[in-house]
Amino acid sequence: MPMTMTQKILAKHAGADSVTAGRLIKAKADMVLGNDITSPVAVNEFEKAGFDRVFDAKKIALVMDHFTPNKDVKAAEQCKQCREFAVKHGIEHFYDSGDVGVEHALLPEKGMVAPGELIIGADSHTCTYGALGAFSTGVGSTDMAAGMATGEAWFKVPEAIRFNLTGKLGENVSGKDVILSIIGLIGVDGALYKSMEFGGEGMGNLSIDDRLCMANMTVEAGGKNGIFEVDRVTLDYISDKVERDYEIFSPDKDAEYAGVFDIDLSGVKPTVAFPHLPGNTKTVGEIGDVKIDQVVIGSCTNGRLSDMRTAAEILKGKKTAKGVRCLVIPATQKIFLECIRLGYAEIFTEAGCVFNTPTCGPCLGGHTGVLAAGERCVATTNRNFVGRMGHKDSEVYLAGPAVAAYSAIAGKISAGE
Amino acid sequence: MKVKGYVHKYGDNIDTDVIIPARYLNTSDVKELASRCMEGVDAEFAGKVRRGDIMAGGANFGCGSSREHAPIAIKESGVSCVIAKTFARIFYRNAINIGLPILECPEAAEEIRNGDEAEIDFDAGTVTDLTSGKRYKAEPFPDFIKEIISHGGLLNSIKGEKHE
Repeated sequence: MPMTMTQKILAKHAGADSVTAGRLIKAKADMVLGNDITSPVAVNEFEKAGFDRVFDAKKIALVMDHFTPNKDVKAAEQCKQCREFAVKHGIEHFYDSGDVGVEHALLPEKGMVAPGELIIGADSHTCTYGALGAFSTGVGSTDMAAGMATGEAWFKVPEAIRFNLTGKLGENVSGKDVILSIIGLIGVDGALYKSMEFGGEGMGNLSIDDRLCMANMTVEAGGKNGIFEVDRVTLDYISDKVERDYEIFSPDKDAEYAGVFDIDLSGVKPTVAFPHLPGNTKTVGEIGDVKIDQVVIGSCTNGRLSDMRTAAEILKGKKTAKGVRCLVIPATQKIFLECIRLGYAEIFTEAGCVFNTPTCGPCLGGHTGVLAAGERCVATTNRNFVGRMGHKDSEVYLAGPAVAAYSAIAGKISAGE
Repeated sequence: MKVKGYVHKYGDNIDTDVIIPARYLNTSDVKELASRCMEGVDAEFAGKVRRGDIMAGGANFGCGSSREHAPIAIKESGVSCVIAKTFARIFYRNAINIGLPILECPEAAEEIRNGDEAEIDFDAGTVTDLTSGKRYKAEPFPDFIKEIISHGGLLNSIKGEKHE
């Protein structure tokens, strides 16, 4: 039976020769991830169920990124609980303010995910690592607790939708515009329970940062995971990060797909998702006059160095519009440091932006940039649900780093034209 | 097993940010989470919900974040079952894993009205709108999931296996 890329990885981790869509399996995880919001619930459940040891202290990552640096006493207590659990069980990958990064930027950067691996994370954007040819998916805290105890998780083997990419992105267009336009095309439940598998000759024109951003948002189309075929770009990226053995999987040529889309990258325009769904997209030219109060450049979607570069090049020598707060949040300490070394920190600060250390912060309305009633924000983040970034009467417009930077200067949504 | 209660009905794409906004996720206290349940879409919900009530949603219910706080808040607020046209997958597995009954039943989710009284028979796999008198057939759970539910959640089910 021919298999998709995801099915092959699941079969391997379930110890089966092959699997078919719809089958329920138990599969072994190479990494189990949680953050400062989901891990406390998992730790409670782990302890309540009476487990006394973790399956492998090297294969668990606890990343304190959402409400850190601790926004209040309760948030501090949650991180403390995670830290104590990490110490008790000798968890190798525990990260807190000072060495933390937004989890889905941090794990690839540190070589903690590799092609062909299976990663579960108690965070919906765990699907990001599919950019490296891994199977990764978001689960809940109970799954995380079970994963920490047994190293396994249950899955229903998904069907896949195939995206064949051709062409090359135009100027000021990035992976964010591609994935927003795909979500606009198929809808926020267009890939419900399914894999989104990316390949084709155009894939080689996408950087790893573009791919990480695209895989990251596959969950916003309802997808179980997003996954890219492995190519030279992938191998170059991991060459100085991953030392252990890994296996490269490719989809069978005759694999069956629930749908096939051909995407010409050269036709993708700057795209913005209007409130209150990521699928509510408009392209430049359809946007009209939308005045804004805030811009956020950062997150697990677009807080990587290339995003910082794009924004810095646009903001260089410019000022943000009066009345607009622009928050720039590099996703990891390493990216933060690179921004300083490359002069981006100075560009942002001189332009009137707030330049902050890594946190998920405003993306989920946590802290460091929450919105008041009636305020509008252009954000390079991944969700624009009602109340996502603060008051339930605030609005979030999702865009790539170029549109975000141009909008900060214009004081309204702009693609710089 | 049967449950009976009044229906609180919502639309499509009810996301986890409206079920429980992230600003309240600095705690894992279930009572506190329940007191904020549905705040983003129905500010009165926590005050009016009664034990045994049923929640109904449209397509893609529970989309968004993986926060288990969302099904926990719904369960702790007294809701006995959520029915929807479709569920987002992480919400679906979280609900199963914590023992919150959920059913995909597109017809019932479409036709049952807010405030109707409904009864759900899990063994028979039926949803009955007691106000309109109409009965609907729901998708039954696969055996694997029945096993998790019969153990009262995923972790108990794993513990059970280890003891066997």
